[in-house]
Amino acid sequence: MSNKFSEGVVAESKRDYIKKLALKGTRIDGRNFDEVRPLKITMGFVTRAEGSALVELGDTRVLVGVKIEPGQPFPDTPNMGIMTTNAELVPLASPTFEPGPPGEEAVELARVVDRGIRESHAIDLEKLVIEEGEKVWVVFIDIHILDYNGNLFDACGIGAIAALNNAIVPASRYNLGDDFKLPVLHYPVPVTFAKIGEWIVADPNLDEESIASARLTVTTNEEGMINAMQKGLRGTFTYDEVKKVINRSLNIGQQIRKNILGDTDDEKN
Amino acid sequence: MGMKTDMRLIDDNGLRIDGRLPNQLRPIKMQVGVLKRADGSAYIEWGGNKIITAVYGPHEAYPKHMQDPNRAVVRARYNMASFSVDERKRPGPDRRSVELSKVISEALTSVIFGDKFPRTSIEVYIEVLQADAGTRVAGITAASLALADAGIPMRDIIVGCAAGKVDGVVVLDLNKEEDNYGEADVPMAILPRTGEIALLQMDGNMTYEELTAAMDMITEAAKKIHQMQVDTLKSKYRGDEDVE
Amino acid sequence: MDEKKKVREIVVPGEEIKQEGKPGRGVFVENGKMYSEYLGIVEQRSGYVNVIPLSGCYIPKRGDKIIGKIVDLAPMNWVVDINAPYYAPLHVNDVPWRVEMGDTGRYLSIGDVILAKVSNVNELGQVWITMKEQGLRKLEGGHIIKISPTKVPRVIGKSGSMIQMIKEYTNCKIYVGQNGVIWIAGSPDDIIRVIKAIRIIESEAHIYGLTDKIKEFLERGE
Repeated sequence: MSNKFSEGVVAESKRDYIKKLALKGTRIDGRNFDEVRPLKITMGFVTRAEGSALVELGDTRVLVGVKIEPGQPFPDTPNMGIMTTNAELVPLASPTFEPGPPGEEAVELARVVDRGIRESHAIDLEKLVIEEGEKVWVVFIDIHILDYNGNLFDACGIGAIAALNNAIVPASRYNLGDDFKLPVLHYPVPVTFAKIGEWIVADPNLDEESIASARLTVTTNEEGMINAMQKGLRGTFTYDEVKKVINRSLNIGQQIRKNILGDTDDEKN
Repeated sequence: MGMKTDMRLIDDNGLRIDGRLPNQLRPIKMQVGVLKRADGSAYIEWGGNKIITAVYGPHEAYPKHMQDPNRAVVRARYNMASFSVDERKRPGPDRRSVELSKVISEALTSVIFGDKFPRTSIEVYIEVLQADAGTRVAGITAASLALADAGIPMRDIIVGCAAGKVDGVVVLDLNKEEDNYGEADVPMAILPRTGEIALLQMDGNMTYEELTAAMDMITEAAKKIHQMQVDTLKSKYRGDEDVE
Repeated sequence: MDEKKKVREIVVPGEEIKQEGKPGRGVFVENGKMYSEYLGIVEQRSGYVNVIPLSGCYIPKRGDKIIGKIVDLAPMNWVVDINAPYYAPLHVNDVPWRVEMGDTGRYLSIGDVILAKVSNVNELGQVWITMKEQGLRKLEGGHIIKISPTKVPRVIGKSGSMIQMIKEYTNCKIYVGQNGVIWIAGSPDDIIRVIKAIRIIESEAHIYGLTDKIKEFLERGE
């Protein structure tokens, strides 16, 4: 917390500069308001994992690994596989991250990513039953932050769906038949916006994030459905702003999705 | 969200399983000043929810690294009693309550004039005694009453309310079954005076039109809830016999 | 003021104030309109519109007489809980005794209660207090109660009339700190009557005709 506040103090001088640029319709790194930083996804970065994706979103870098193991289903969903999402803000990624159990920021991050995947029914969990009520496949989505330069929500959400999309269920390892591709039905993509003064920019970098008054993440799928939203920080949005943000996220999400799917196709072909 | 059921959540007349219309709130009762020790407190019953909230502070924040040199730090703690739900909940914070505590803290901070109390903290405790869907929005509605009761300066009284989608119909203020088996849930908190949105979450599956219809419903209902908040606060200091 | 119980206007945070005047304490302005910051009562005074909070913590003002409790010792000062958002240091130069460095514990120890005065407050909320003035002292024995600091003016009454009346009817020694801490000394029965009277004032501080009501209560001699 204290570190965050001191980051805020340093940013004070940048605030004016960023706002002056905004008046001209541009941003500190030259992007326009809806422009996402260059996105690079490296599939299968960790071969030990059942699926993985290294995501570089500008200077932000995260690694998402998917492990899949047999386990017991939840009593109330005996005919469905299980997914769980965890995020670690490891200290190597930023001077403001501290070692120890996940803090509220890591918990929020993991839950927002989880919500996008879960609520869009991205994984066909019904296809992950080994023996009804007894044994199902458990999909662990684990997120490692490597370099924190703003907007972890999007980098992690993109990494999660990309890693899932190239994951293989390791059935043969457990003598449960042939390996098969993890069934993925939908491609949810989160797009995060930061409010700076009266301006709202997509995919905020670290400088923008540190002076933002409010943040809104909207996760949409390839059918144009909205699957998850999360507002953060101590500022507010007007209803009108929220409506515009949702529409912008639908458009931007569509572009990012092409990137995610395009890359996997390359892998396969 | 999204669990499967054969239950029909909307009947042929368009009514919900508890007989409500799509845009109808559950019954709500509020009370302030319910605790002796706290600097401010409030109790709310909203449908089957029973939630008690307390505010302590502002007082010098400890440990010192929790201090903000410019303003008060608002620390909300959302907590569910183990017996508040059908299946006993393990006591203590789980990931859900950690997340909710965070977004509630941020939402409440947006209305508090925190710069009047640098280096202090204001603790807000939200104890869910009985849960029946919509605990976070009922909790934030009560917490803002407790803040007003504690004499914390604010620019508005936050109102929380949820809407969602069940059986393809956009409905206000989901109950337990609708929350379990419905298709979407949108919890929101707004500043009734300005219409600003201080808390917004959503999960499920909704089109843009459905989502904005849900948010419209919440905005409309928030006016009613806010009036209840105002009446509750004023009546604490105005015995009925004194109204002339 | 012929009506015995007439309630003044109560406002809530964010409520628009339509009364005439310049924005004063407890009021903020947005788009040219005045709104209340507090759950409080609207008051018009010398051209200003103020909102007096009905509840809330004590905000120290220079010159306030307060009752505090020693919570920590240091070589050159004590740390005093004055029922405010911040603790206040009491420096050895601000007490009526000559204290050698490191000898603070000999004069005031943790848990001791003092009658003191706010000597300075800065914009960061830091507070300094002093005991170097006639009448300021350590309070021994007696009973302490706390009330909402916003109710202190009602307990004291116009030029001290309310508290004077309570003292006369009960034969108690009473100090009312501006910080909402009240020290009462007397016989146990009398102390109970004082507390009851103060609790009535506290719960009905916003109602006109309170003095008469308290007088009635004290005359009944319960």
